[in-house]
Amino acid sequence: MSLSENIGEATINGLAYLGSLAQLTGGAAKAVFAGPFQGKGMNYARSVHQAMAVGIEALPIASLISFFIGLILALQSAYELRRLGALQLVASAVAVSMSRELGPLMTAIIVIGRSGSAFAAEIGTMKVNEEIDALHTMALEPVHFLVAPKFLAMILMLPCLTTWSDFMGVLGGSLFGVTNAGFTLGSYIRTTLDALVMRDIFTGLVKSLMFGVVITAVGCQEGFTTGLGSEQVGRSTTSAVVKSITLVVVVDLVFTALFYFTAPR
Amino acid sequence: MASHLIPKSESDEKPAGAAIAVRDLRVKYGEREILHGVNFEVPSGATLVILGGSGSGKSTLLRTLVGLERPSSGEIWIRGKDFAALSGAERDHLLKKMGMSFQQGALFGSMTVGDNVALPLREHTELDESTIGIIVRLKLDQVGLSGFENYKPAQLSGGMKKRAAIARALAMDPEILFFDEPSAGLDPIIAAGIDELILKLKKAFRMTIVVVTHELASAFLIADRMIVLDKGVIVANGTMAELRDSQHPRVRQFLDRIPEPELAAEIDYLQMLTGETPPQRR
Repeated sequence: MSLSENIGEATINGLAYLGSLAQLTGGAAKAVFAGPFQGKGMNYARSVHQAMAVGIEALPIASLISFFIGLILALQSAYELRRLGALQLVASAVAVSMSRELGPLMTAIIVIGRSGSAFAAEIGTMKVNEEIDALHTMALEPVHFLVAPKFLAMILMLPCLTTWSDFMGVLGGSLFGVTNAGFTLGSYIRTTLDALVMRDIFTGLVKSLMFGVVITAVGCQEGFTTGLGSEQVGRSTTSAVVKSITLVVVVDLVFTALFYFTAPR
Repeated sequence: MASHLIPKSESDEKPAGAAIAVRDLRVKYGEREILHGVNFEVPSGATLVILGGSGSGKSTLLRTLVGLERPSSGEIWIRGKDFAALSGAERDHLLKKMGMSFQQGALFGSMTVGDNVALPLREHTELDESTIGIIVRLKLDQVGLSGFENYKPAQLSGGMKKRAAIARALAMDPEILFFDEPSAGLDPIIAAGIDELILKLKKAFRMTIVVVTHELASAFLIADRMIVLDKGVIVANGTMAELRDSQHPRVRQFLDRIPEPELAAEIDYLQMLTGETPPQRR
């Protein structure tokens, strides 16, 4: 096969994959938003269970990593800012970097590792054990039964988790600010709040919402396309993590560019 | 000869009276056709056993009957409707009248046995939890699993998993029950227990039962009628007595447990090893 044929085939496969993700997302969104009006109510207990797993149980690790990321950001910014004599800007640098970029991205990566992989493993194992077939024979639609609760939990919890991560990042930055840049905790927080505009928070949350959609779609799609045999579940899980991280970064780039070019000047 | 057992095309006959009527059913995986125009009927309240070797298409037939595979052509008449052509709510309605017990049970590992049985009731009915609890205990009692509702499937033995799967299949009081290899992988005593359970269900509820198996002893015990599939074609279809008297070579080979003949010649064997041609039987 020639190089151009390879590129063509890869492009078609890539587009088909994106199409399957869109179809899955559409099915889940329909079940979540339209289902209740069509007499097909969601089982919210399953969504709450998923929300606990996706959001609440991720709080300790998300807090720890975000705190450290905030501290690292402060140290890295201070390195340059000190030379310019603008060490007091460290609070603003941490706040904007965390809320616009690193908060959403790092939280998404944590959630991919914890939940995206778990979605793929859970659905993949169910596929291998004929549990997905069993759902079909019981007239239960797997997208409605399995994907919709995960979708709802993810689009609600990832923005919440991101907001918390932003806060923990600021707290991490404040450790440096208070000990090395002449801030008190109160003045650091005040400076942070002054530096942030609504748009910073909003762009971060919109991105985290889109990341949630991507993580759910990729995790579930990889689960549904698991081949026969238990070793395939491992492959699906790995594939879910790799594809989710790639797509999250792509979506991040698209939305960052979008926000940049639509920003008021 | 058993030519009288080989089904004729029944396309012109009305499927009334039969619980299931299958007409010229063809199923393809990609370009490969697995079922080549299958015709048969299952009388209401009867137990049909689909017998066949590995690769005969019997599992594909069962998966198509329960809606897991879409036929490339043909009809599956159930309760006066062509199940193969239905979609949406009508299809779901018919699916709720059917129960399926999978080969490995296919119980949801994250749920208890009781929750597995309760699932279709919770999803498809407005019954309150106390009523669902009563039905769950009743269904588990019917399959001999009283007191196991709080166990996880992983805590059950192979035979108990199959019984739990049958209880789940029974949850919605189906009119037709499908079994995929109910005794596969079980010791003879447990397998006999499953056969007995199938007979009990048939007698107690007058259910129409379709069983896919390759276990001859089990098949002859539970079946009213039997079809023998070979390479995607029905080679025999009749009552137990008719099948026993059948002289069709493939049926005889299966019933008398005669192994496949050796490859015709050394050259065939060599070609098979080198992958030049598929093995040809004498």
